[in-house]
Amino acid sequence: MKKKTVEYGKYGYFFILPFFLVFFVFQLYPLIYTFYLSFVEYYQIKLGKFQGPNFNGLKNYIMVLATTEGKGSDLKVVSWFDTMTVKSIGNTLKIWVLNFIPQILLALLLASWFTDTVVKLKGQGAFKIMMFMPNIITASSIAVLFYSLFNANGPITMMLQNAHIISEKYDFMEKPGGTIGLIAFMQFWMWYGNSMIVLIAGILGISPSLYEAAMVDGANSKQQFFKITLPLLKPIIQYNLVTSAIGGLQMYDIPSLFNVDQSFNGKPNFASETITMWIKSLGFTSKDYGKAAASSIVLFIVTLVISIVFFAVTKDRQPKQKHAVIR
Amino acid sequence: MAKNAEVESSYSGRIRATKIFRTIICVLLCIISIFPFYLMIINSTLDSITIKAGVHLLPGSFAQLGENFTNLMKKAEGVGTSLWGAMLHSAIISVPATILTVYCSTLTAYGLTVYNFKLKNAAHTFIMAIMMIPAQVSIIGFMQFMMKINLYDSYWPLIIPAAASPATYYFMKQYMATGLSLEIIEAARIDGSGEFSTFNKIALPLMKPAMATQAIFAFITSWNNLYTPSMMLTDTAKKTLPMFIMALRSEQFRQDYGVIYLGLFLTVLPIFIVYFTLSKYIIAGVALGGVKE
Repeated sequence: MKKKTVEYGKYGYFFILPFFLVFFVFQLYPLIYTFYLSFVEYYQIKLGKFQGPNFNGLKNYIMVLATTEGKGSDLKVVSWFDTMTVKSIGNTLKIWVLNFIPQILLALLLASWFTDTVVKLKGQGAFKIMMFMPNIITASSIAVLFYSLFNANGPITMMLQNAHIISEKYDFMEKPGGTIGLIAFMQFWMWYGNSMIVLIAGILGISPSLYEAAMVDGANSKQQFFKITLPLLKPIIQYNLVTSAIGGLQMYDIPSLFNVDQSFNGKPNFASETITMWIKSLGFTSKDYGKAAASSIVLFIVTLVISIVFFAVTKDRQPKQKHAVIR
Repeated sequence: MAKNAEVESSYSGRIRATKIFRTIICVLLCIISIFPFYLMIINSTLDSITIKAGVHLLPGSFAQLGENFTNLMKKAEGVGTSLWGAMLHSAIISVPATILTVYCSTLTAYGLTVYNFKLKNAAHTFIMAIMMIPAQVSIIGFMQFMMKINLYDSYWPLIIPAAASPATYYFMKQYMATGLSLEIIEAARIDGSGEFSTFNKIALPLMKPAMATQAIFAFITSWNNLYTPSMMLTDTAKKTLPMFIMALRSEQFRQDYGVIYLGLFLTVLPIFIVYFTLSKYIIAGVALGGVKE
């Protein structure tokens, strides 16, 4: 038999090659290209005819972050931070906060119920299946379904009006609060089951001996939850917070098909326009690639800053809590 | 003795009361989960005038369902892609994308578990770092790039990028840490098996449960995706299922409520079937994938 004197290590490169090749070509290069496009003037003048690409420095950024007057070298800033890019980032954050807070609180409550060893709930499997279900259903279908149920002629609007829960003239689609509230509700409704399952897994991963020791010391279930479960779940909750914030900033499917006009911009008066909807509107509909790219990079920076801030918050607090538990 | 029993019974009574209260809340939440879909199914058997009158809890007639169906098919002609065509297109994209995601992620996880090489740790750290970058921020550059290489308005930009999925890689890596013993690979080497055939014939079968879980998620993610296809496809004959759903929101369907509900029902039906047959694995997969240190 031939003896093998092969250095196996180099095979590793072959195994990871497809992943990295695809990543560099189809994800990293487009990101760098977007960065480049954000510094050039490049838009459609009329069908099939484009201006640029010509380098124009930070002008795209000025135009997406400030209301401006004039063109080219005469570009003058009228007022800062009142553009659709800024407004749509604000809308997106508002919807995300409105959905995340109730979502994580309900998920925590349910996770603590489902793992309670004293009050054992029956039918947990079925509950989990039902509560998680909306998460997996095509979000586009959910958006159109809720629009059909809650528009001025929708059956649920009728029901709420007949029951005098909302006034007879109330139209969710005419009120910014109604529309944003429903979008946040849909997001909440789709995601609390997911967070709950993740938190249950987290709680089940906590060593039972901690609870036993606490019980011997006479801690009641409330104390156990706040002194053991919650501190030890913090990394998972914070991971959940960061991923939810990143995902939430890219929110598109639901708002883009919920309360929109014929060019798929968020009604009423752009109140439900999210940043990804606006980037699509700039890049795909208006074909102003330079501005669309600048908006994308602004979104990228906002995403980055938010995740770094949330991660920083995690790191600061962790050691203290671990200490408290050990003691 | 009597007092003790009383205390005990009031204690167990309190537990029972808590249990009933919690069960009621959970049942209510389940109803909230199902209710919109229930109305969707009921309304797909009703005509527009009945639907407009308010909430109906009982289905209409099969005849009306049939009429809604005929109208749906007729109106869908204006969309450019039929409902079945849209499902087919979504499948044409999702199936290869799923295979690519699962196979390439497993390949990468294997490469970074079994072999020792210079860039090993750097590669792992790199993937973990890019995990957080959302694809949406580079969509404009991606679109322009695809136009340049003539892949715009084709299904390729929706399939190929699936090969690099950091989240799937991470799941596979975690699973391999416990589910794959290096002795088996060593033994295969001694038996003269080549490195790639060891991977395909020995490692892959061992990874089957993890791959199946990730395949479900990869498929559903790709199947439900709206953003990328709606930026990349302009030909109305190439619409995917979520893009067809987008059309249900447009002017041509406006007043035909029954038809819209039936259209929605048919679009979520495949996912419903997948979910209710595989829910156990899906929920287990979410639990496993969510716990990250």
